Amino acid sequence: MKNAVGRDIPEFLLKDGREVYQGKNYMDGKYLQKAAPRTRRYEKPQESKLVDSIVDALKQVGAKSGMTFSFHHHLRNGDFVVNMVMQAAIEELGLDNITIAATSLGEAHDPVAQYIEEGKVVGIQTSGIRGKIGEVVSAGKLKTPAIIRSHGGRPRAIEAGEVHIDIAVVAAPTSDCVGNCRGIGGKSNCGSLGYAMTDAKYADHVIVVTDCLVDFPNMPASVEAIDVDAVVVVDSIGNPKKIASAAARISQNPRDLMMAENVAKVIASTPYFKEGFSFQTGVGGPSLAANLFLEKYMDERGIKMGWAIGGICGPMVEMLKKGKVGKVIDVQDFDLDAVNSINQTPGHFEMSASQYANPANKGAFVNKLDFVVLAALEIDTGFNVNVLTGSDGVLRGAPGGHPDTAAGSKCCIIVTPLVRGRMATVCKNVVTVTTPGDCVDVLVTDYGIAVNPLRPDLIKCLDDAGIPHVTIESLQEKAYSLVGTPDDLEWEDKVVAVLEARDGTILDVVRKIKPLKL
Amino acid sequence: MIPRPKPERFRLRRTMMFMNAQKPGLIKDAYIYGVDSIMLDLEDAVAENQKDAARFSLYHALKTIDYGDTEVIVRINGLDTPHWQEDIRVCVAGGADGIRIAKCESAQDVLTVEKAVEAAEKEFGVEVGRTLLMAALESPKGILNAYEICAASPRMFGVAISGGDFRKCMQTKPTASGIDMVTARGMMLIAARAVGIQCFDTVFTDLDDMEGFINETKQNKEMGFDGKSLINPKQIRPVHEIFAPTEKEVMQAELMVRAFREAAAQGIGVFTVNGKMVDVAFIPGAERTLKLAKACGMYEGDLV
Amino acid sequence: MIIEKSAVAGTLESSDAQVTVEPAENGIELEISSSVMNQYGRQIKATVLETLDRLDVKNGRVTVVDKGALDCTLKARVECAVFRSCGQSDKNIPWGGAIK
Repeated sequence: MKNAVGRDIPEFLLKDGREVYQGKNYMDGKYLQKAAPRTRRYEKPQESKLVDSIVDALKQVGAKSGMTFSFHHHLRNGDFVVNMVMQAAIEELGLDNITIAATSLGEAHDPVAQYIEEGKVVGIQTSGIRGKIGEVVSAGKLKTPAIIRSHGGRPRAIEAGEVHIDIAVVAAPTSDCVGNCRGIGGKSNCGSLGYAMTDAKYADHVIVVTDCLVDFPNMPASVEAIDVDAVVVVDSIGNPKKIASAAARISQNPRDLMMAENVAKVIASTPYFKEGFSFQTGVGGPSLAANLFLEKYMDERGIKMGWAIGGICGPMVEMLKKGKVGKVIDVQDFDLDAVNSINQTPGHFEMSASQYANPANKGAFVNKLDFVVLAALEIDTGFNVNVLTGSDGVLRGAPGGHPDTAAGSKCCIIVTPLVRGRMATVCKNVVTVTTPGDCVDVLVTDYGIAVNPLRPDLIKCLDDAGIPHVTIESLQEKAYSLVGTPDDLEWEDKVVAVLEARDGTILDVVRKIKPLKL
Repeated sequence: MIPRPKPERFRLRRTMMFMNAQKPGLIKDAYIYGVDSIMLDLEDAVAENQKDAARFSLYHALKTIDYGDTEVIVRINGLDTPHWQEDIRVCVAGGADGIRIAKCESAQDVLTVEKAVEAAEKEFGVEVGRTLLMAALESPKGILNAYEICAASPRMFGVAISGGDFRKCMQTKPTASGIDMVTARGMMLIAARAVGIQCFDTVFTDLDDMEGFINETKQNKEMGFDGKSLINPKQIRPVHEIFAPTEKEVMQAELMVRAFREAAAQGIGVFTVNGKMVDVAFIPGAERTLKLAKACGMYEGDLV
Repeated sequence: MIIEKSAVAGTLESSDAQVTVEPAENGIELEISSSVMNQYGRQIKATVLETLDRLDVKNGRVTVVDKGALDCTLKARVECAVFRSCGQSDKNIPWGGAIK
C-alpha cells in the first residue's frame, strides 16, 4: 500500500492496526494507553545494590532467552557496555533469541554483528545503524526486519508498549551503590543521560553499569535509584576519547562556511528571527558553522536567542556563557565543553528523549522550535530526506532527532553539498525516506538555495531579503549533469528494515540490496 | 563539450585562485566560490612525474566542466623545463582562456610562448589570437625587464609578481609592512600601467594569518593593483570587499557616466555634473568603477 | 595502441580513480571496483571501454579502482595509463583526436 510519501509498504507489515504514513500530525488528538512495566518490589531496606559482575546482575533480574535489552548511545562511539552485556548474556549465560532495542548503534558495536550472523540476536530496534551491524542487516542476516525509529519515536513506542523492555542497561559515568546515575564526575563522562531516562521508567528491570562508584547520594541524579535493580562496577564503560571529542571545532572548509553563511542569511530573513527565538543545529560541518554566522546577525539586530536544544557542543555553550542564548536544554553532549557545562553552567539543563522529541506526549521541546538546521545524505525533489541508507542502499546512518525536529520546527533548513564525490545528494528519489518532505522547508547547497513550494511565506521572505533561490528540480538537474544520472538500485523482495515515522505509522522499508555484478 | 566564449582581454580580475590541475576533487567546481579567475596549475603543484597525468586531467576538465563566467587560466611549466610545449598544446586544444608564463624574464620569453601558442591554435583549429597571455615575474631580471615584457604581445593582459622565488633571489623574507617587495611591486605596476595592462600581486601563504592577508590586500589596492593571486577560497571574500568601491564612488561614477552618455547623445562635447565641468578622460575610470560595483553587488543599473 | 608494459595512472583519493593497464593477448580483460558500483558501475564500464576503443586498444588487462571519479577523470586516467604503457605520455598527444 502506498503511503503519503509515495512509498509502497508491504501488506504483511500492516497488521495489528499498523498504518502507513498519512502525513504530518495525523495522530494529533488521538488517545494513547500507556504501558506499564512489571517491576520487583524492594521493600526491605538495602544497604547497597552492588553485584559482582554483569552475569550476576543478569541472573538477579532473571535474564532469559527471547528478552529485549535496551541500551543508550550517550557514550557514542566509545561505548563498551553493549558488547560487554551481550557477551555475558550470550556467551556466559547461553541466551539467544535476543532483541536489542538501542537508541543508536555504531562502529563501537561491530562485535554484535557476529551474534546476528549466529542467529543469537534476532531483533534490532534502533535509531542509528552503522558499521558492521548495518552491513549484516542490509545483507539480510537478521531474523526479523530491523525497526528504525527517530529519537522521539522511540520513547513514543516504549510508552505505547510497542516495545516492551525486559532489561534496560544504563551505562553510567558515575553511580552510587543504589543506582543514582549522573553523566559527569567520573572518568568516562558524557554529560547528558537523556536517552536513558525514559527506558529506566518503562523497563521491567534496570541494571546500572559504571566505572566510577561515588558516595551516596549521587545528586542530582539523571537516572534514579528508585528505578534500578542492580549496580555493577566494571573497569571501564568506554573510551573517553571516542565518547566526546576534545572540542567541536567550527569547520574551516570554505564550502561549509559558504553554505553556513547562507543558512544564517535564510534564518535572518524570516519573521521567526526575533528576540527570544529558539534554535537547534547539528554538529556536521556546515550546520555547526551556521552558529558563527547567526551570531553576527544577532549582534547586528541586537537580539538574543531564547533557547537552544539538541545534541550540544562547545560553540553553543560559549554563546550561553556570553549571554547570547538564554537557556540550553540538552539530550546529548558531543564535546568536553558541553559535557563539563551541563547542570553546571547556569541555564544549561538536561532533558529526556521524550521531553525532547516524543510526538505522543503533551508537547515536546521540538514543538516550540523556531529553527532547526540539519544535514542529509540525500534529499529528493519532493524534499524527502534520507539520513539512513547510503546511496548504495546499505544501512549506514541514523534518523536521530531529524524527523522530530523537522516536524516540530517552524522552519527546517537542510544544508548539504549538492554532490559528494560521485553521489548526487540532491536526487530524484531518495533511497529511503527518513524525514518526509512535508516537514522540510528550505534546502541550502553549495550550488544554490531552494524553498519548499509548500512554504510560499518563506519564499516571500527570501525574495524580500534579496536572497536568490531556485527550484529543487534545477538543483537536482545540476547534480546529475555533474555526476551523471545514477542507475536505479536493484533490490530483492526481502525487507531488512522498517522505517517507522515518529507517530508510529510506516514511512518506508529497506529491502535487501542486490549488488551490481558487471 | 562546453563551448567557452572568446576571452576578454580586459575584464575584472580581483581574484585569481590557484588550483592543482591534477586533483579531480578540487577542479571540478572551484568556480562556486565566486572567484574571478581560476588558475589551474601545471607547474609547482604537480609533481615532476605526474606532469603527463595532469595534462590529461586538465584537458578533460577544460572540455567538460562548465566554468560559467569564471575565467580559466593555466599556469604552465617554465621555459627551462621539458614540459612547456606540451603544456601549451593542451591549453590551446582544451580552450583555456589564458596562459600564465612562469618565471618570465624577457620579451623574448613572451614571444617564444606566443609562437608556440599560435602554432597550437593553428594545429587545433582555434582562432589565432584567442588565447591570452600573462607573465609571472619571479626574478630581479624579470622586474627590470617588466616594461618590455608587458609590451611584448597584444595577447598580454597582465603581469603578476611571484613572491616566493623573488624573495629568494633578493634574500628577503615576507614582512608585515611589505617593504621587502615594495620596490619590485612599484616597478611592475608602473610598467604595466605604462603599457596599459593589468597587474596582480603575489599569493599570501599563511592561511591562518587573516589579519596579515587583509593588510597586504589593502596595500595592494592602495598601490594600484587590479587583483591578487590566492591559494584558498576563504581568501576570496576579503579581497572582493577591499577592492569594492565606496557607495559615494559608485554614485559619483553613475552620475558622470549618465551625464556623459546624455551629452554625447545630444552631440554635446562638454558636460557637467553637479554644476562642475567634467573631463572626458575620467569616463573610462568611472565605467570601471561601475563594473566593479556591479560585480560586488553594489550596482544594478544598466550603464555597464 | 598496443599496451607494451604495465602502467598506472591516478590515485586512490576520493573523487579519483586508479587505472592499471597490463599487456594481454586475448582482447580486453576489464576489472572494476568502485565505491559507487551499484549506481554507476555500468556507466564506469561503458566510459572505460569507450575510451579504450577511441585509443584503439584491442588487447590488455585493465584494472580500475574507482573512488567516485567523474567521467572526465576516468577518461583522463585510462588515457594516461595507456600512453604511459607505450612510453608516449609526455608529448605530441592527439588532443581533440583520440583524446576527447
